[in-house]
Amino acid sequence: MSQTLERPTGAVDPSATGGRGDKSKAERRLGWYLAGPAFVVMLLVTAYPIVQAVYDSLFDYRLTDPENSSFVGLGNYGVILTDSVWWIAFGVTAFITVVTVAVELVLGFGLALVMLQALRGLRPVLRTVILIPYAVITVVSAFAWQFAFSVDSGFVNSWFSWVPGVAADTDWFGTQGASLFVICLAEIWKTTPFISLLLLAGLAQVPDVLQEAAKVDGATWWQRLRKVTLPNMKAAIMVAVLFRTLDAFRVFDSVFVMTAGANNTETVSFLAYRQTIERVEIGLGSAVSVLLFLSVVLISALFIKGFKVDLSQARGE
Amino acid sequence: MRHPRRRLRWSLTVVVAVLAALVSACGSAPAGPPVLTWYINPDDGGQAEIAARCTAASGGRYTIVTSTLPRQASEQRQQLVRRLAANDSSIDIMSIDPPYVPEFAQAGFLAPMPPAIEAAAREDRVPSSIEASTWQGRLVAVPFWANTQLLWYRKSAVAAMGIDMNQPVTWDQLIQAAARARTQFAAQGVRGESLTVWVNALIESGGGSVITNVGETDPALVQLGLTAPPGIEAARILRTFGDAGIAPPGFPTADEDTSSDTFQSGAAAFMVNYPFIWGKATSAVEEGSIPQSVPDDYGWTIYPRTAPDLPSAPPLGGINLGVGAFSAYPDLAYDATTCITRPDNSAYYMVSNGNPSSRLSVYSDPAVLAEFPMAPTIRDSLTQAKPRPQTAYYAEVSGGIQRTFHPPGSVTPGATNEAATALITAVLRKEALL
Repeated sequence: MSQTLERPTGAVDPSATGGRGDKSKAERRLGWYLAGPAFVVMLLVTAYPIVQAVYDSLFDYRLTDPENSSFVGLGNYGVILTDSVWWIAFGVTAFITVVTVAVELVLGFGLALVMLQALRGLRPVLRTVILIPYAVITVVSAFAWQFAFSVDSGFVNSWFSWVPGVAADTDWFGTQGASLFVICLAEIWKTTPFISLLLLAGLAQVPDVLQEAAKVDGATWWQRLRKVTLPNMKAAIMVAVLFRTLDAFRVFDSVFVMTAGANNTETVSFLAYRQTIERVEIGLGSAVSVLLFLSVVLISALFIKGFKVDLSQARGE
Repeated sequence: MRHPRRRLRWSLTVVVAVLAALVSACGSAPAGPPVLTWYINPDDGGQAEIAARCTAASGGRYTIVTSTLPRQASEQRQQLVRRLAANDSSIDIMSIDPPYVPEFAQAGFLAPMPPAIEAAAREDRVPSSIEASTWQGRLVAVPFWANTQLLWYRKSAVAAMGIDMNQPVTWDQLIQAAARARTQFAAQGVRGESLTVWVNALIESGGGSVITNVGETDPALVQLGLTAPPGIEAARILRTFGDAGIAPPGFPTADEDTSSDTFQSGAAAFMVNYPFIWGKATSAVEEGSIPQSVPDDYGWTIYPRTAPDLPSAPPLGGINLGVGAFSAYPDLAYDATTCITRPDNSAYYMVSNGNPSSRLSVYSDPAVLAEFPMAPTIRDSLTQAKPRPQTAYYAEVSGGIQRTFHPPGSVTPGATNEAATALITAVLRKEALL
């Protein structure tokens, strides 16, 4: 207050709110100074390629034949959306996404509960152990699972020969169902730690007071989980599911390594890879990438608007 | 006041020292002979050794360094195409899988071959490797080594089947014999390049071709021969193979290595595969993992026939050498290819790395004959071998075959051929995804 009074221009607005406004303006400016460079870099490395891909997707453009490139408008999109290959890939991708995210959510929640309730001395060890699969590079994990299930060098067929339907000569990568089963298994093993970490952050936010109050009122463990824990961490759950869904929808490595798209196991990103990198049809491939991008945007919009996910809540603000 | 000045002087000294180091580093690079970079496919060190030998043989005119490409041929092509599309001048010499030669040539990625080099490159070569290095009547790559598939069999198992392996045999004969003897026939059923190799060999052996107007540069005008009688016959053989119950477990995912293991284990009495399996078996004996009696039981002959009265057209593989169009030293690079493909280097490469030569004379080299008792059969196979469809759009054609002919045991003669033709035609017209 004394500062505003000493100002020579105090006559304009000597109230305290003016001072606070200056301060918040300065803070906002400082915020821009700090975040600005990162923002510009983000624009360069994400916005530029997206714009370039959208532009390329309007052309019939082959990397080895740039002279004959021509403008085709939305023709590439027409080709893709009327092709059953796209819809099969889309279905496979959606299937992998739904199955892996659902299983991971249940498993991840269980692991988060274990981590939360583990003894203080055991907690760091437990967290490290649970995180190890997430630290493995996806390609490496895909190869490991492929070797485990392969009919000539794998151990799964001999270890699980007691399971009906598994024999010494079961070819896991020979049919669509079995291939997708192994692909989903590998994805679940690899990314459950990620989802459980996000859920652990949510679990830690549930106030102990509420839990204790419910306990005093005689609520069982199951009632406390349903009525106290879950409602209080809804935001964390939705953020975890959103992040994992976006991630799962772009699945590539496991399919590339395990089946290379055989037996109708192609996913949308694999399709983009095949058109752009293998066929070097930059136009058609860019159009597939743009459609993949739009699908991801659509999923995010659905989650944020439809389920009212507040991203800032997950950060504990 | 003294401290800041001293600090300033210090930082100036550091800056000058760094600049001096940079300048001297830049200055030292161009000194010495030109460096030729040879992009090689992974092998057992043979190409690096040949690079060293040719550097020495150049008498200080150039130094060859090697740079290794990915393991799969399709991935090697992807990397080279992406680099060359960006006019990469670091690519002086490249090891190219034969089916991709037309694409590179058509895109202008290969430097024109001087007449003297061309004369040397045509000398003493198996005809199929020359055919695979030619695009629109011009030799565009230098044949280096040439691979081919043989029909391998277990002598002990075949003795009881009553087939004379010294006479040409057909697929039908072998499939029936294997089914009667309740043994397996190892072949590459994986959805990959090896499937195209198989389908193409079946069609060519029946007197047909996947592409009937080779050399066509407009993708929309490429004519396919898949629905002609040899194409239908190829599909019928694949289906018979699948229905006979002779395919090893994991056949739809089996590649050359898987087949080699199946054959080595004794589970399969027959196999179509490249000669590298011989080196694999002999090293397994040296390591003590299999007894000498296993390779002693290996028999080999020319690839099976599709039609009883037509000689077979075995698959052709190998590596041809291309010189990058954006290389700073195309003449030196072509000069180096002549050295790399010299008879002594070719023989060394075959003996040490197991990769058969494209030179006819190498097959009478005593060192080669000692290591590869089947060398004369390889030479004969290469002489009647046929390359895969030559087109600048090979990735599309091969990808279309792989998609429609997989799993190979379940193809339907006629319907599969129609589907493959429709898919490849649509893909070439850019009207379908692959």
